[in-house]
Amino acid sequence: MYQYTDFDEQFVRARVQEFRGQVERRISGALTEDEFKPLRLMNGLYLQLHAYMLRVAVPYGTLNGAQMRQLAYIADRWDKGYGHFTTRQNIQFNWPKLADVPDMLDALADVSMHAIQTSGNCIRNVTADHFAGAAADEIEDPRPTAELIRQWSTDHPEFAYLPRKFKVAVTGAPNDRAVTKAHDIGLRMIRRDGVPGYEVIVGGGLGRTPMIGKVLNDFLPREDLLPYLEAILAVYNQHGRRDNKYKARIKILIHEEGVETMRSRVDAEFARIKAEFDGVPQHVVERIRAGFLPPVWKEADIAPVRDPGLRSFIDTNTHTHKQADYTIVTISLKGIGETPGDATSDQMRVMADLAERFSHDELRVSHEQNVILPHVHKADLPAVYDALRAAGLATANIGLVSDIIACPGMDYCALATARSIPIAQEISEAFSDLDRQRDVGPLKIKISGCINACGHHHVAHIGILGLEKKGVESYQITLGGDGTENAAIGERLGPGFAADEIVPAVERLIAAYLDLRLTPQETFLEAYVRVGPAPFKAAAYDEVQANAA
Amino acid sequence: MPKSFTPQIVTANDLMLGDVIYLTEGGWSRRHGDALVARSASEAQEMLATAQAQALKIVGPYLADTVLDDAGRPAPVHFREAFRTRGPSNYDHGKQADLRSV
Repeated sequence: MYQYTDFDEQFVRARVQEFRGQVERRISGALTEDEFKPLRLMNGLYLQLHAYMLRVAVPYGTLNGAQMRQLAYIADRWDKGYGHFTTRQNIQFNWPKLADVPDMLDALADVSMHAIQTSGNCIRNVTADHFAGAAADEIEDPRPTAELIRQWSTDHPEFAYLPRKFKVAVTGAPNDRAVTKAHDIGLRMIRRDGVPGYEVIVGGGLGRTPMIGKVLNDFLPREDLLPYLEAILAVYNQHGRRDNKYKARIKILIHEEGVETMRSRVDAEFARIKAEFDGVPQHVVERIRAGFLPPVWKEADIAPVRDPGLRSFIDTNTHTHKQADYTIVTISLKGIGETPGDATSDQMRVMADLAERFSHDELRVSHEQNVILPHVHKADLPAVYDALRAAGLATANIGLVSDIIACPGMDYCALATARSIPIAQEISEAFSDLDRQRDVGPLKIKISGCINACGHHHVAHIGILGLEKKGVESYQITLGGDGTENAAIGERLGPGFAADEIVPAVERLIAAYLDLRLTPQETFLEAYVRVGPAPFKAAAYDEVQANAA
Repeated sequence: MPKSFTPQIVTANDLMLGDVIYLTEGGWSRRHGDALVARSASEAQEMLATAQAQALKIVGPYLADTVLDDAGRPAPVHFREAFRTRGPSNYDHGKQADLRSV
């Protein structure tokens, strides 16, 4: 993986020192809260409902064992012994004390990590396919591209105060696991006549105005990437709305002015920029690429799998690796009844150990709030499974009902309008029988605690949005969303459900699907697309109406 | 007819710890029930001004509606404020755990 240079090290250390001084001045009263707030946000420090929260960047979701172990240390030393992996492949600590945060940032810098640009109207942490560098369907590893963009966008003076935050996702596989069509810019690595390049998608996003991104350029030569991105950002910076924060994302600019207008502006800007910035020097590209070379694959005898528990785990929690004798293991942070995305410090240390022993010292955080061991030899699966099981990390539910994305919601977040976590926990408990989950099959439930949609509910097969209605929590359902290469925004089913009605309603929807499906192989999403919302609506609301009668 | 005033309290977060706190007669408390209650709009504004003057101790003070129980102690009206009195629902290690040991 990418190694910090002396420049990176000095830059991050200097930022920590700068922030240490800012914290001291806030505590002494030399800075007001109004002055301090934008400074702390630039360093990932939020004030949430019950405490401060530190959001740490995990660039394109990639970690090594030492970094994961350091996160465990931070959780124990300065937090409450756990961390929360987010839908943007980051990690959040929910209980830091203000005076401790500079020390936490120093501890992060010890392992080449930081919290810069995890907040604010800037280019945020670049996300990528969590199976990058490992998946069999991959055309090319997207991480060198993501790292290049990270280096270019970090502290970029022109883009430090954009109209609104800006998110970039990259995938190197045709099967889109990075939700590229729901990002401000989505990059799909493609080849045309053998030549590598990018399909550039712009203007996707979730939030209060969900939109699927549009293709701005169907083939951008690889060497033009940074000048072209700079052109998009320059056009957005100049034309994006600053009068209304709810209309300030690039998706609104494109929606209001049209993708053709955007394209002509970007092309003109690109021509101007390209004359003075023709991309990145080759030695820089090569140095980045060298950080992502494949590991040296080992050879070992693979024993037949006899343990039924391991068999189930392999069925659900592994994915096809580009090396036939290897597999990708997804560690579920969705134990039955647990908080989606949370891991204790002990669990983090187990994952760090497993990465070092069995996955060429690599881990990935997925936007689905799980952790990946990307390179596990099949001969090592029994040992990996046993260690995960001992740590409470072997739940075989990836892609099933209880593999739920949930934002922190009103249990933590100051912006939330309702809780998400208890709803996820209740659904998980309701489907605690893994055989029942396997019978239901692939199903993505995603829960957001407010319209900002951090829980990606718009692209869920069953999306749940928590709102306030008449002084109580109310939950709206959307159906038919899709975060893949066939991206679609879910359709609202109807009126919201009370907190004690939403889980039974989800159960009725799933029961309706089981009745409706033509074969056990027809997924929930396929059945929904085939029959439409009517039978699901009837199932969800019939009982509510019967109870009200 | 003028709208009747709903009793209010002042709440904020502690600057150093981030904890939810409530303005009291003599300072700040972590218990909602200890909160000083404003019974008129002018009292509420005075209390908010008092809080805003304590920027070295607190962050983000605001007024929140409250109801008084039979003993005259304030209790939260909105569910968000109720959650703030006790911490997150998924773990017993928020405010609820800290207050239990008080």
